[in-house]
Amino acid sequence: MSTNAAYIFDALRTPRGKGKKDGALHEVKPVHLAAGLLTELQRRHGFDTARVDDLILGCVSPVGEQGGDIAKTVVQYAGWDESVAGVQLDRFCASGLEAVNTAASRIASGWEDLLVAGGVESMSRVQMGAAGGAWLQDPEIAFKVRAVPQGVGADLIATLDGYTREDVDAFALESQRRATRARDSGWFDRSVVPVRDLNGLVILEKDEFIKPGTTMDGLAKLKPSFDGLGKIGFDDIALRKYPQVERIHHVHTPGNSSGIVDGASAVLIGSEKIGKELGLRPRARIVATAVLATDPVIMLTGPGPAAKKCLARAGMTTKDIDLFEINEAFASVVLRFMRDLDISPEITNVNGGAIAMGHPLGATGGMLVGTMLDELERRNLRRALLALCVGGGMGIATIIERV
Amino acid sequence: MSVFKYEKDADGIVTVTMDMTGPVNAMNGEYRQAMGTTVERLENEKGLAGVVFASAKPTFFAGGDLRELLAAKPGTEAEFMVNLLETKTQLRRLEKLPVPVVAAINGAALGGGFEIALACNRRVVLDSPGAIVGLPEVTLGLLPGGGGIVRTVSLLGLEKALPYLLEGTRVKPAAALKAGLVDELVSETAQLVPSAKAWIKANPNSWLQPWDHASFRIPGGTMHQPHLIQLVTTATAMLAKKTRGLLPAPERILAVAAEATLVDFDTALRIESRGLTFLAMTPQAKNIISTMFFQMNEVNGGAGRPKGIAKSKVKKLGILGAGMMGQGIAYASAMVGIEVVLRDVTLEAAQKGKAYSEKLLSAAVGKGRMSEQKAAGVLALITPTADAADLQGCELIVEAVFENLELKAKVTQETEGYLADGGVFSTNTSTLPISRLAKAAKRPVDFIGIHFFSPVDKMPLVEIICSEQTSDAALAKAFDYARQIGKTPIVVNDSLGFFTSRTFGTYLDEGARLLDDGVAPASIENLGRQIGMPVGPLAVQDEVSQELTRKAVETHRAMDVLYSKADTQVSSEICERLIKEQGRGGRYHGGGYYDYSASGEKTLWPGLQAFVGKPAVLLPEQDIKDRLLFRQVIESIKCLQEGVLRSVADGNVGSILGIGAPVWTGGFLQFVNTYGLQRFIDRASELASRYGDRFQPPELLLQKAQSKLAF
Repeated sequence: MSTNAAYIFDALRTPRGKGKKDGALHEVKPVHLAAGLLTELQRRHGFDTARVDDLILGCVSPVGEQGGDIAKTVVQYAGWDESVAGVQLDRFCASGLEAVNTAASRIASGWEDLLVAGGVESMSRVQMGAAGGAWLQDPEIAFKVRAVPQGVGADLIATLDGYTREDVDAFALESQRRATRARDSGWFDRSVVPVRDLNGLVILEKDEFIKPGTTMDGLAKLKPSFDGLGKIGFDDIALRKYPQVERIHHVHTPGNSSGIVDGASAVLIGSEKIGKELGLRPRARIVATAVLATDPVIMLTGPGPAAKKCLARAGMTTKDIDLFEINEAFASVVLRFMRDLDISPEITNVNGGAIAMGHPLGATGGMLVGTMLDELERRNLRRALLALCVGGGMGIATIIERV
Repeated sequence: MSVFKYEKDADGIVTVTMDMTGPVNAMNGEYRQAMGTTVERLENEKGLAGVVFASAKPTFFAGGDLRELLAAKPGTEAEFMVNLLETKTQLRRLEKLPVPVVAAINGAALGGGFEIALACNRRVVLDSPGAIVGLPEVTLGLLPGGGGIVRTVSLLGLEKALPYLLEGTRVKPAAALKAGLVDELVSETAQLVPSAKAWIKANPNSWLQPWDHASFRIPGGTMHQPHLIQLVTTATAMLAKKTRGLLPAPERILAVAAEATLVDFDTALRIESRGLTFLAMTPQAKNIISTMFFQMNEVNGGAGRPKGIAKSKVKKLGILGAGMMGQGIAYASAMVGIEVVLRDVTLEAAQKGKAYSEKLLSAAVGKGRMSEQKAAGVLALITPTADAADLQGCELIVEAVFENLELKAKVTQETEGYLADGGVFSTNTSTLPISRLAKAAKRPVDFIGIHFFSPVDKMPLVEIICSEQTSDAALAKAFDYARQIGKTPIVVNDSLGFFTSRTFGTYLDEGARLLDDGVAPASIENLGRQIGMPVGPLAVQDEVSQELTRKAVETHRAMDVLYSKADTQVSSEICERLIKEQGRGGRYHGGGYYDYSASGEKTLWPGLQAFVGKPAVLLPEQDIKDRLLFRQVIESIKCLQEGVLRSVADGNVGSILGIGAPVWTGGFLQFVNTYGLQRFIDRASELASRYGDRFQPPELLLQKAQSKLAF
């Protein structure tokens, strides 16, 4: 075991607001979203902010009001000590967890003491894709890397694995059920910090994207999201790599894919020493992290291999893990993950996921840390493994352990 | 019976005539009730073809109810938001009616009044000077929270909307039409409603607001576009320079206006509401509204003028001394049609004084702000002379010769006899006691001080000083004259330095004391500006001139009254030494605390700290700021305590208009109210223990705090 273990002292998030102009958080600037969490972290723990070395925030569309190293702006806007640095990073949908893992590594290196890691994404204010990217928009490069929209990849996974529309819808329904139960039972209350305006008035208190009234019939009526994109040519591009598939079944709809939402997350991570010095009680330790890449065309099959890599690094097997959390980018991603690891749905995404609650791209990874931490404590369990599929075929995983 | 009269004509057009309780229509509880009922009735009106909003008052609609706004206390934000939301929802429902809605603007439509008009599909305005439109909220520390920011930005685009929002410009009908703020002018009141109805009949389908069209784009673009990002970046810096971070209102307005281009219309409206809720609770807004609106109205309305004396007008005015003050007074008086006799010892000197008016008038003509004929008429009213007999029949004489007791006595005696029956002799002085000057007069009851500020044509304040003998009639005459020339008159009792000079002197003195403590001159100057004073205390001293300060000290010493009121010994001594040892007598004399280049640029004299000869110290910035501000506040409280000030309103208005008290403070007395009396006492005591007894909280303050009263 490392002498410089990275401890999680707390993990906060905003509620997730519908990422459209009628969403409650549309009126909230991304800087304000993230800064509110810093303020609350400091309020809850009373530390001198000068002791924080850096704020690491994931953000996938770092342009416009999310541009210009938003993390530094957040630190200043929150009124933290001017010695605190800030950095924004982008590993697509894993950015939030990448921030946490980076923080863990930096603490483990012994070179830093206290960091805040998380992410922010206002998808209603800065459109997904606003930052562009050569892999999709530069024809020369797109031809070479065979870029295919993720949804087509998700449908390809379902086709390869034989998940029917009913399978993915049933999974979505369960996500809604679990998320509703968790929210309404107050299981998210510890980590969810209401978003307030400049007057201190509450703008959004709890997750608003969850649809408790979801039914299989309702889900079945939704049109496939990626049928059109597939037909214009992306199916063909994908199938060049998967000639064994006759055709892709487009089973994913807005109902069984992650929702577009606004939100932010912040995890306070540090060494044992600073915890003692500042009176911060460690809630968990970051045991191991892993990142890798798999086939970029199907794009979404990274989580299983990443989890295995992470387990191997920790010297563990799935039997050592009590709860699994895999970001619900698309239903087939979760189904593939459970199949890859041979784990039960009973211990996977126990409180629902992004299909029900939404996936605020850069923030999600940090949010999952809090969700798992709270749930381990609620159930008095020990270890959780978190994973996300990532653009470009990457996968990321983290194991946390209560202390 | 609603205060909104509702009449439907044969064509199905409803005219809503607003006639609220009180002299004006205003946004308050009564308004929300009346508007709510009206909108609901309109929504349910069968065969509705259009709506005209009109006013039964001389003005269209006055805006927000400032008493209601002043009463909103921190902790009531949620309730405030609810009321705001109600107002906004009503206007939103009004503009979504499927018929054209027209505002028929007969008189001033400012603030909330113009916001109602903006929620109409069309604005028809009576082409009269009084029918001004605009969003002056910023001048009261607020923002237009009834949709004013969002609709102006949506109507004109961010770039064109910003000046109206940030400066609160009141726009005359022709200019408003040109700017696109209104759509049509009519020349007669009687044409207003018919013209509105005619447009409705001709355009029955023009009921969808531009911003409710599916294809709507804000004119000029959004903050996603480089040209607007650059514009706003520049505007931010310019505003920061102007307000020094002391005025939250323009900052919030710029922020809300910029953000309005990034979100949809309804979200933008909500952001705007949160902004107003925030501003309404700030001490700055309370201070500004309380002083610049309520107390200013009180002062201008004659609170300091004796009651029961008929209003008078000066037809013929005598001015003694055609120097800087005399020529300015001549100009200000002639501009309002007063016949002016400008007398100096020689005709040449008097003519030189008149030439000042000539210069200002020809500049106005050159800029197209005045006709040549008008300018010639004004100029013809000023008669320069060396002959005292020309003063025959003046109702008021303003003596404005040098600050010298003997000289002033001499000219008083020379000219007093030429006054018309019941005429008043006034002296323009900033340092000499009125009672002493009055001794030269045959009729001391008709003798009064009128302290003008330089430059007279720009400075809005006059300080009227009564001696113990000054009659009510003389005061009334002086007061009326001040109002006649458009000045705001405060009335004080005679005491060394009166109110303004005495308090102003403490700013200069505290600057000198900081210098004497070893504080870097640049810090003193910058921190003086950072509290909101127009310029640093050292720069002000240079303008006043060290030489003048020295002369005043000599005079006061001769009269045996030196430092009998404000203790400005340190600044006096430094000024005297600076003149004696360095020949630095002030800006006019070639340099003082600063060096002045030929082009008018100034740089702190590099030898200053060495000249003072004290080891450099680093005091906490907050201490420096508080010393510069608290000195003046404490002196103002003493003026009230001693009866030099006759009212709190005079103290507040006088300090802002006369001596540059930062507008965010609401004046040097009001500042204490929102700072907190006890908190002020504690901080003043702390400063006293650290820097000297001049910071001891005055007795009146302690009493007020104990009885939980405010100023």
